[in-house]
Parts: sequence; C-alpha cells; structure tokens
Amino acid sequence: MDERKNRTTQNGMPDWTPQLQLRIHDLMVTTRTVEEQAIRMVRSGDGWFWIGAPGEEALSAPLGLQVRKGQGLDNDYLHLHYRSSPIVLAMGAQPIDILRQMGAKATDPFSRGRNFVNHFAIRKWNVAPMAPTIETQFSIAIGTGIAQRRHGGTGITIVNGGDGGTHEGDFATCLVWSTRPGNELPILMVTANNKYAISTGSCTQHGTPIVERAKAFGIPSRSIDGNDVYSSWKAIAEGMEYVRSERKPFFIEASVSRLNGHSSSSGANRVEEEDCILRFEEKLLHQELATRKELDRVWEKRREEMAQAYEIVKSEPFPPGEDIYRYIFAEPKDQYYDPGSKSQPGDSNNKGGR
Amino acid sequence: MATMAQAIRMALAYGEQHLGVTDIFGEDVGPPLGGVFTCTQGLQTAWNSPLDERGIVGAAIGLAIAGQRPVAEIQFCDYIFNTIDLLKLATNSTWSSGGEFNFPMVIKTTTGSGVHGSIYHSHSFDAIATHIPGWKIVYPSNAVDAYGLMIAALKDSNPVLYLEPKAMLRNKCAERIPGEPEDERALRDMIDAPLGDRKNWKPKWPEGLTDFTVPIGKAKLCRTGADATVVSYGRTLPLCLDAADALVKEGIHYDVLDLRTLMPYDWDAIAQSIKKTGRVLFVNEDTEITNFGEHLLRRTVDEFFYELRVRPRVLAGKHVPGVGMAPTLEDASVPQLPDVLREMRELATEPE
Ligand SMILES: Cc1ncc(C[n+]2csc(CCOP(=O)(O)OP(=O)(O)O)c2C)c(N)n1
Repeated sequence: MDERKNRTTQNGMPDWTPQLQLRIHDLMVTTRTVEEQAIRMVRSGDGWFWIGAPGEEALSAPLGLQVRKGQGLDNDYLHLHYRSSPIVLAMGAQPIDILRQMGAKATDPFSRGRNFVNHFAIRKWNVAPMAPTIETQFSIAIGTGIAQRRHGGTGITIVNGGDGGTHEGDFATCLVWSTRPGNELPILMVTANNKYAISTGSCTQHGTPIVERAKAFGIPSRSIDGNDVYSSWKAIAEGMEYVRSERKPFFIEASVSRLNGHSSSSGANRVEEEDCILRFEEKLLHQELATRKELDRVWEKRREEMAQAYEIVKSEPFPPGEDIYRYIFAEPKDQYYDPGSKSQPGDSNNKGGR
Repeated sequence: MATMAQAIRMALAYGEQHLGVTDIFGEDVGPPLGGVFTCTQGLQTAWNSPLDERGIVGAAIGLAIAGQRPVAEIQFCDYIFNTIDLLKLATNSTWSSGGEFNFPMVIKTTTGSGVHGSIYHSHSFDAIATHIPGWKIVYPSNAVDAYGLMIAALKDSNPVLYLEPKAMLRNKCAERIPGEPEDERALRDMIDAPLGDRKNWKPKWPEGLTDFTVPIGKAKLCRTGADATVVSYGRTLPLCLDAADALVKEGIHYDVLDLRTLMPYDWDAIAQSIKKTGRVLFVNEDTEITNFGEHLLRRTVDEFFYELRVRPRVLAGKHVPGVGMAPTLEDASVPQLPDVLREMRELATEPE
C-alpha cells in the first residue's frame, strides 16, 4: 500500500501523485454526499430549494485544489456559480455549512439563512458573494481583474458559469473587457457545459461552440472533457499558469454531466448521464491506487458524516425575523437598525439607514 | 462661483489625492474628453471604458470587492436601466453575505430634463433608484452641495448613487466652495481643459480644497416660512426657491427644504416643518406613479393625518413614456416654474 501510494503515475505531471488522486476522489465523494444530503432535506421538508454540483465534481475539485487561497490581491478571486461547491470544499469549506445554508439556518456562515444553498460568500478566501442572477459574475469578475492587473504579482481572477449563461451579455462583457489592448485582464473563465439551461438545449440557441467565441477575441482556449479528472486538472493547470504569468485571459469550455437534473424544481432525481466519480474510480482501480472496498469505505464515511451533520443542523434555529434589518449597510455591528425604534428603515436618523 | 461640473471635478480630484479614489471611469470619462459634461477632466485616475453599462457597473462592484475605491459613471441615467440587477447586487450582496462584504463605490449619472434632451436624455431615475434598498442616493441642486455630497460619497463604505441634474451642471453657485479661488476666471484657467489639443494639458487643482462634507441624510432648509412646506431636490429645487421668493410678495412664506439625500432621507427635517405648517407639497420631475414623492406623501398621511390643515400634495412628471423633443411637450411633461408656483400658491391659500 505505501509503495503504491508513493508511485507517480504516467500523466506527465510531476505533482500527480497517488495521494493527490485519492484526495480528489475524496473531495468528489464529499461533494456528492453533501449534495445528496441536501436533496434529502428538500424531500423531508428541512429545506425548500436545492441546486448544486452533481456532475461537475471532476471539473471543480481539481480547480479548487489549484486555487491560490487567501484574502487580497495576491491571491485568487473567485466568482462562482451554484454548481461550484467542489471548488469551495476543495479550498477547505466545511460540508456542514452547506447544509446550514440548505436549511436556511442562523448558523449559515455564507448568508445567515438568506440565500439559496451553494451561494457562497467567503471574504477570507476572496470568494465573492454569489447571486442566482445567471452570469452576472462575469461582469463583476472584470473588476477584480482590473485591480489585479494594476497590482501585478501572480494572483488571478477565476470565473465559473454554465453554458446557458454565455447567452447573457455579461459573458460578452467579460470577453470584451478582458481583452482591451494594453489592458488585458488576468482572468480564467471556466464554462461548464452541461448542454442545458433548465429545459432548453443550448444547441438550440447557439450555432457554434462556446469556445469559438473566446477564440474570436484572441483568448487562448481549451475545450475539454470535464467529466475526466485528468483533462480538467491539466487544462486548469495550464490556464492558471498562463493567466498568472501572462496576465491575460484564458478560457476553458468543459463538457460535463448534469446528474440530478436542473434543481429540486425538476425533482432533483438522478438521470442517465455519465458519472464522473464512477469513471474516476475505474481509473483508480485500474492503477491499483485503491481497492473497491477502500473506495466504498470513503463513500460510507462521508455519508455518515453528512447524516451526522444533518442531525446537528436540524436542531439549529432560523434567524430571528428582525434580522432582516441587519447588514443593509456596512456599519459597525452595534449600529444596526434597532427593531424596537419607531423610525422606518429609510430614515436618516434610524441606525440602519445611515 | 464654480459650476456644478467644476465642483464635482474638484471633489473627485480631492478624492484621488486624499480619499483613496482609485478609478474614475465610464464612457468618455478619461482623456481626451473628460466626460460629456466635463466633470472628469484632468483627473489622474480617469479612464475610458468600453461602451457597456453592465460592464461599468459590474467592474465597479468587482473593484470594490478587491479593496479599490471606484467612481463609475453612467453617461446618462437613460442608459442605466439595463444595469438594475447589478445595482441590486451592489447592495444586496452586503445583506446576503450577512455583512461579510461591503462595497465602497460611487455610481454617478446625469439625470432629468432641461437640456432639450428629448426621450433619451431626459429620464429621471430617483423613483426606481429609491426602490433598491441599500443604496445611499444623493442629488445636489447646487455646486457647493455637489462638492460636499461627493466628498461624503467618497468616504462612505456603501454604494452611493450620485445623481447629477444635467440641466444644472453648468450653473454657477452664488456661494463658494471652501478652498475655491476667488476669481472664477482663474479657476477656469486652472481646471478647465482647453479646447482643441489637450495632450500636454494638466490641471492645477486649487491648493486650499478641503474635505468639506455635506453629510449624507441631511436636508437643507433653504427658506423659512410658517405658511407651508415644499420639499424638493435636483432641478426642481431652484424652481421652488423662485416660487417661494415670488410668493413672499403675496404675503405667503414657505419653508423650502432641499432634501439633498433621497436615501436615507431626512424625515426629521420634513416632519419638523410639517408640524409647523400643516401644509406640504413634494416636488420632483420623475413620473408621478410610484414616485418617491408618493412615498413621502404616504408617510406624511400616516404620521400627520390629524395635524394637516389641507390635503398634502405631490407635483411630479406626467406618467407618459418620455419627454418629447418639442419645448411644448417638455413643458407639459415635467414641472416648470408656473406649475410649481400654481401648486405652491394653491397649497398655501386653500381654506382649512
Ligand atoms: C438572469 C437570470 N435569468 C434567468 C434565471 C433563471 N434560471 C436559473 S438557472 C437557469 C439556467 C442556467 O443554465 P446554465 O447557465 O446552462 O447553467 P446550468 O444550470 O445548466 O448549470 C435559468 C434560466 C436566472 N437565475 N437568472
């Protein structure tokens, strides 16, 4: 076993160790099991709406592991979409916190019970606040890109979205602003193409591959099989290296599966599409990096962990109703709106309104 | 004696030098033009963006996330409408992140009628802007306030929408901004870009400029009178002043309040005046249905129903799709001096 784990594999990447592969596997399983637990919470009435990552693990776990994590311009800024949970889990986010957001609990560290599940906001890791507005993150990403271009160094901006989202003007905004001559921006754009926007086939709405749009702007681009961990890792490593050193944009279109349909609105039932985790497990077994039993154990362990986390989350409270007046403005925390006061939220003499 | 455009320019220059402003950008904001209304001429951090309003607002949000202090311009508020979801994100992201993130940023945009701008250079934005919680919204009516409100906006930790009444940008102020040179010609020579080739031109900012601040959320009582109250802002404020001055000759004395900040608004100042006069008129030029003045009127009724002497009123723009090109159409669409005078006279003289 020890000998097996120290052997590097034949993928041409020095850091591609067995440990790394098993770590990626564990992260993929962690993501999948937390998402499964979240879906169960919809079914049991412990949550309302679910949307998440199943199908994007092979793309996003390798991405998350390669992020330069931290606060400020020298680290990477992340502008994510609602299927990006493997990225933040790879960065070290706690699965239980995803369930807290799923349950809209006061303990939800990303939004205090305000936002949908998988809508992160993590200041200490430069994870920009996420919104359900499709593709707006591509318009916001240019701002952190501009700041990082000016700052220099090797920190970059990473923006992640879906295929349908590229039909929004925000996608074009990112292409235009990141390629202004002499003002190119260090942005890695990653589009996860699961072929659908809810029920609409993307191929019915655009005639050329998305990657061609990036190429038309002179942006170095890759079109990859995002269900394959190795292709994903490689393209992301290459893209990051380019953006970090050249301070110019790079585009990746990754074809991925959408394993539980769009969201809980369509039932969140498992569909017949390729499962990137099973595919990766075959590779691990083939390389003899793990036995079936060991892999099954990873699933069991993570499922148990999620079930335990759910028990904790279940007993946690919702935020109190008067919480709605908090954080309307950035202010020292003791100056927020006093729900007992007679003044209205719009008043200048009310603490929440200043 | 600076114009409002010069006042804004000087405040931005002060902001670059002392308040950490990193980016002043938008369409034609940087050299050579320095803004279609000259507000950003000669500024060190001014740059031209692509013609893309969503990109402009998105970039401002991203810059704020990255710890910068951006001032972004939407050339005319007529073109801000396709950014409304991003304007919402600029503030609801503080709320939705439970206070994790805040967005120190200013969006400035020119608003309102009065320059023969026809349908797409005459829009107002205050009614829609005040529907977006979390924004601080300021709307100066003279150069001194324009300076002080910009300084306040640049110091704020939240998104501030800075509405510029475009018809007044070239108006000179009777008062002087602290630090402004006495001679207006001298000021022009120092900070107005020359016509023609400007490649080698550099402004000379007045040395005495200060961080003179008009606090956000504070109205200004411009005239005092016990008979009635009129509350306004932006282009219609001087109309109210002129009307109030004219009515003095008829023995009618008005409290004229320049609201200056729409959000969070100075209810104390309004309430105090209504308690005194029992008669109130709210004037602005945005379209009248779901107008900001309607909110103020609703609150007036809620809180002062039994103290009012006569029905409170709103005078606003007509609920029509746009301001037409012909002067007759513009006059019929948005309040003009005779309209304001008539309303104010009627309000003050209606028997109880
Ligand atoms: C601006 C906007 N329009 C519409 C929606 C409703 N909506 C939510 S998800 C979605 C489809 C997104 O498709 P895609 O970008 O391909 O991402 P996927 O869900 O397939 O990962 C739509 C239309 C929205 N959230 N935001």
